[in-house]
Amino acid sequence: MTVAAARDRADIRIGGISVGVRSSNQAFLQLLDERYAGFIECSASPDYEFEVELASPGAGSADDDVRVYRSDGRWQLERGDFRAEWDPATRRGRIRQTANPYSIDTVLRIVHTLVLARQGGFLLHAASAVRNGKAFVFAGVSGAGKTTLSRLAPPDADVLTDEISYVRKEAGGYYAYGTPFAGELARAGENLRAPLECVYLLNQGAENRVSDMGKADAARGILTNTLFFAEDAELVQAVFMSALDLVERVPVRRLTFRPETAVWELIQ
Amino acid sequence: MSTNRYVARANNVAARMIGGEMMIMSGADSSLYSLNETASILWQAADGVTPLAQIVEKHICGDYAVDPAMALRDAEELSEELARHGILLLSDDPLPDSGPPSKASP
Repeated sequence: MTVAAARDRADIRIGGISVGVRSSNQAFLQLLDERYAGFIECSASPDYEFEVELASPGAGSADDDVRVYRSDGRWQLERGDFRAEWDPATRRGRIRQTANPYSIDTVLRIVHTLVLARQGGFLLHAASAVRNGKAFVFAGVSGAGKTTLSRLAPPDADVLTDEISYVRKEAGGYYAYGTPFAGELARAGENLRAPLECVYLLNQGAENRVSDMGKADAARGILTNTLFFAEDAELVQAVFMSALDLVERVPVRRLTFRPETAVWELIQ
Repeated sequence: MSTNRYVARANNVAARMIGGEMMIMSGADSSLYSLNETASILWQAADGVTPLAQIVEKHICGDYAVDPAMALRDAEELSEELARHGILLLSDDPLPDSGPPSKASP
């Protein structure tokens, strides 16, 4: 009989950044393995690490507003269903939550927005896909068609996400990464990265059409769809400048589309 | 209204000209603002030490065919509006310690 050794950490690597989630609860670690399949990579020393304390179900709700602020140099992340604290100096923190994948998912999103803000990147309310070695991002609010467009993706396109796109600036330009942050598709994206070719702002309409747009409108579109939670003037300014830098360097266009596969003929 | 009023960009904002518009984001609450051409001129000249009347005379009346009194009145209304949003400081005295936001670029 083979007995698997107990472990105490799941390392989740998204956008080239690994976050170790430590817990003694094997069922919770198994839940993370399933939730983040494709993004679990064992690391000798993850970039960031959180100790999870599993609490009994309480009165807090995931529908409560999230708060992210700094106190005594430590980030405090709070919502009805979790409370986390993170020291950016030691890159270590703690999370208190119930055994569910949604609370940790939100904590991961927040941590990545904070880390990316200092590195010239951000998360966008956007679907994204890689085609012919190039990444395309499709930004829009709920109902704009992110999941619809992802479902219509042809076989030669790899969907990076149907909900939260990961964009970061690297040597040579901007890159999009796959994320496990899924929307209605309820499926993690492909764990790939590719140079960002174009950002489309989505509109559903009567025809398939790509239109150019002015840089100010493009900037408004990008900023409207940027995820950022922290009550922190310095990081808000950093994200603002990153978003406008992207608009200067990467084409941003309006994509009006009908829910049909032919729309992908415009995305090459 | 006083003609010796002074305006300065708030420190906790990020601002950048893009596509002919001055886009400004408040660091306090992430609110996004965009200014038209003449408002952008006022914003860029708001150094805290040049009187508003002088900014209007030099940067707006000099380049646009407008009535100076009306231009100043419009500038004061705009300044008060931006001050209400917390992205511009407005004072009857110079604001020498204020200045452009550290990460702003024209």
